[in-house]
Amino acid sequence: MSATTAAWIVLAAPLAGTIIMSLLFNRLPGRSAGWIATAAIAVSFVFALVALVKLQQLAPAHRELTSSLWSIVRTTGVDANASLLVDPLSVLMICVVAGVSTLIHLYSVSYMSGDRGYSRFFVYLNFFVFSMLLLVLAGNFLLLIVGWAFVGAASYMLISFWYRRTTATRAGIKAFVINVVGDVGLVLGTFFIFRHTHTLDFVATFHVAPKVFASGSGDVTAGCLLLLVGAFAKSAQIPLHTWLPDAMEGPTPVSALIHAATMVTAGVYLIARMHPLFQLAPAAGDVGAVIGAATLLIAGTIGLAATDLKRVIAYSTMSQIGYMIMAVSAGAYAAGLFHLMTHAFFKALLFMAAGSVIGAMGGNQSLDRMSGMRRALPFTFVCFIIGGLALSGIPPFSGFFSKDDILAQIGSRGGWYWGLYVAGYLGALLTALYTFRMIFRAFLGEPCAEARELIDHGHLFHPEQPTNPANGEVEDTDVGFPGPEHVIAERARPMQVAMGLLALLAVFGGIVGIPKTTTWLDSFLAPTFASSTVHLHPSNTLIYFGLALGTAVGLLGILIAWVVWVAKPGTAPVIATRLRPLTTLFENKWYFDELIDALVVRPSAWFGSFAQGTFERLFVNGALIGGTTAVVRAGSAAVRSAESGFVRYYVGFIVVGLTAVGLYFLVQS
Amino acid sequence: MTIAWYLAVSALIFAIGAGGVLVRRNPLVVLLCLELMLNAANLALIGFSRMWGNGDGQVFALIVMVVAACEVTVGLGVIVAMHRLRLPVDVDTMRELQG
Repeated sequence: MSATTAAWIVLAAPLAGTIIMSLLFNRLPGRSAGWIATAAIAVSFVFALVALVKLQQLAPAHRELTSSLWSIVRTTGVDANASLLVDPLSVLMICVVAGVSTLIHLYSVSYMSGDRGYSRFFVYLNFFVFSMLLLVLAGNFLLLIVGWAFVGAASYMLISFWYRRTTATRAGIKAFVINVVGDVGLVLGTFFIFRHTHTLDFVATFHVAPKVFASGSGDVTAGCLLLLVGAFAKSAQIPLHTWLPDAMEGPTPVSALIHAATMVTAGVYLIARMHPLFQLAPAAGDVGAVIGAATLLIAGTIGLAATDLKRVIAYSTMSQIGYMIMAVSAGAYAAGLFHLMTHAFFKALLFMAAGSVIGAMGGNQSLDRMSGMRRALPFTFVCFIIGGLALSGIPPFSGFFSKDDILAQIGSRGGWYWGLYVAGYLGALLTALYTFRMIFRAFLGEPCAEARELIDHGHLFHPEQPTNPANGEVEDTDVGFPGPEHVIAERARPMQVAMGLLALLAVFGGIVGIPKTTTWLDSFLAPTFASSTVHLHPSNTLIYFGLALGTAVGLLGILIAWVVWVAKPGTAPVIATRLRPLTTLFENKWYFDELIDALVVRPSAWFGSFAQGTFERLFVNGALIGGTTAVVRAGSAAVRSAESGFVRYYVGFIVVGLTAVGLYFLVQS
Repeated sequence: MTIAWYLAVSALIFAIGAGGVLVRRNPLVVLLCLELMLNAANLALIGFSRMWGNGDGQVFALIVMVVAACEVTVGLGVIVAMHRLRLPVDVDTMRELQG
């Protein structure tokens, strides 16, 4: 079997799962839907590994395979095939996506077991994995755009999964609309590039791009900036990030899979995939790097003030993706993808652990309510700590190596990139701070009522009347709402297996890229980035200084969190009141929602109602609709008088008409 | 005798029939006039058949007779139905199809 055949099977398995389950979704007994879905993704993962092995057997220069099944469009100038591109970059992505997805499917088998929409959930989840694999395996712009739009649609369906919650449907719509902005950017950017290269195929585009574009020319810069708009919307970078925290309305496995591990990293993949174009447009790369740095700082500060457990992790995701976007925009491709991989492991783990905590809290997500969960949820606590340490970049956890790899490479570019370097370490401090704020508040201290019920009585807390944690609305547990039963990892074997494996990966995932020791990931990805014109070789001093600084900053953050939230519990409110303007800014999420509302939503709404009052009323309703009906009405009035109803008249018309026709032919001949 | 005489008689009968359909108001008479028109066509067909010396025209004439019989059956049925409903036996009062 060749690597491309394996890649087609990787794509086919989740699609088959989607189709089978959507046809049988209300006939599948018990948990079978979950197991079918998990099996489909597991098959996909196995064949992703086959593709990896087969690719490694080839000579490095030939590790770029394309495979085309059929031609979608072949007209003058457009050559769109259903083709895949299998190279180290896409194989790394399918391994990460399929691997993490398998574990999250496994987790969901138990986690969603009380939900009335159990089969529907797995149909959506399999469809999402198919779309994501299509996105990363696409061999031309057309399939990339299709996959890009599909993941947006899958994300919408899964955010609004509990469709009777108004907050969830609103969040779904918000995510979809902002993602469509990104889709438009991607399509327009593709057009700017296609205009000059006249091909949609990636390999051919990258081949001809240096010949048709002068470095830094207007069109390639515009194209790359528009691609960046797509990447920002999908990867929740400022200013298109406001959908991601709201997307936490979806079930927790969705947050783990889509809004942490896979879909939101699509922007990082896009920039890495398009690196030959971005190297021709250095200005676009600089914009990406600056926005990434800004996002990682701003999201970190919001994470400090957020009180919703899942939203804290969501802001942390934004912040970590900021690192990745900064890395791939600045030319540190392998480092960015390394962080993408380790982040997928530890962030999925954190979300899974958060799901377990939320299960123990009876659906409540507020950090203000939680405390002392440590004894109630020992396994979850350990997983949370491992995820938190990896996120904070404490050695030897995986996040430590990947984050410091990024920052060392950024630093080695010198010049104004030192600003990004400083921002990165400032962000690392914030990361450690908000992560351990969350952990200390949820797990340490006096056990709250829910934790006490679990410790003392050994059963899970269930509220008398289920309510929506976002707005307190009373709800039931039927389809369209969360199910009646909550689940914690301590009592569900599949969840423990999934979290345990991810915890191992979060601890040891960094092994593939330990500086100066193992450069497996770098050498694996080298063929993809062989043509890269940016070569970053950080000096030994920079690497060792970075490792020491990263450790120090991470530990400092944890220490501050310990002092503020554990050693002297009253400190946090005092600091908050002393820095009132800053706290208000952070609590209101830097007023981005309000800003977008004022700049985009309100003007658009005003223009819409204006156009409805004038353009639609006068032109559409008046001229177009009124005009057409008037013409038809006048015409029919003119001929209606002929319809007298007298049969003899009709006969007369027929006789006269036939005679006329006969005479005409007689005269003609 | 040339074919022209046959055709002249046929045209005359057809014109009488068509005139009758146009001017008469009694549906029974209208049906009779329709028969006249059909038989005028039959006459022309048989005339041509004789002119060419083969039987094709006669076969056509036979088929036209079958059609005429069917038409009379339906037409008489409609007239009987009108009579049963005590509608006036006048084609001009049947004008519900007007626009």
